[in-house]
Amino acid sequence: MKLEYFQMIDRVVSLDRETLRLVATSRIPSISPIFEGHFPGHPLMPGVLLIETMAQTSGYLLLGLNNFTAMPFLTKVVNANLRRFLGPDTPIEMEATLLHDGSGYAVTKAKITTGGKAVCDAEIMFKILPFPEDLGAKMRANAASLGMVVTEPAA
Amino acid sequence: MSSTFEKVADIIAETADIDRTSITEASHAIDDLGIDSLAFLDIAFAIDKAFGIKLPLEQWTQEVNEGKAPAENYFVMKNLCARIDELVAAKKA
Repeated sequence: MKLEYFQMIDRVVSLDRETLRLVATSRIPSISPIFEGHFPGHPLMPGVLLIETMAQTSGYLLLGLNNFTAMPFLTKVVNANLRRFLGPDTPIEMEATLLHDGSGYAVTKAKITTGGKAVCDAEIMFKILPFPEDLGAKMRANAASLGMVVTEPAA
Repeated sequence: MSSTFEKVADIIAETADIDRTSITEASHAIDDLGIDSLAFLDIAFAIDKAFGIKLPLEQWTQEVNEGKAPAENYFVMKNLCARIDELVAAKKA
């Protein structure tokens, strides 16, 4: 996890196409300039970045399910609950499940846990759009680096 | 007015925070009610759930953008409700 680069996922553990569920893991870094401001002398993972982490987990779920043919863009977060404070160097597990596959949009339910304890959860909506320019190739490369099995789109 | 209209109008009023009394069968969701494309996703989600269907928004948008159909076909309330009724009937068939 590199907070300054918005790299919130270390590894995608599994993508289950039957249960429409993706599991990923990460570790909050021990050092980050973000902790200098949030908060001075009392480093805490910002809640907005936990929400971003759930959104990215959901995003890779949707990318995996659509075989990297279109890009999910975050449009809405509802019923977000932040239940536990997380400090530096904490391992976390993320899970996202597809709630609804709409036409041009999708809704997921995502959550983060640490040591089996609930950290946060939310329902997240995405607008699904064609990849702008070469973003598709970059997202496939990112996903492969996280451990996802990525097949090249048909020519 | 049809029960579909009543249900859809309630969804729009609640989801987009629009005065329920301002929504009529002749209302254009975009031009008259001011619903933008992102807000319409919320409405589509609520309609999908309420009626157990999948509004073909991508197909409609493509048809409108390519000039194959006027936006009124899909986004004027009475026409939107007619499309929903068709999708519900097709699902039951």
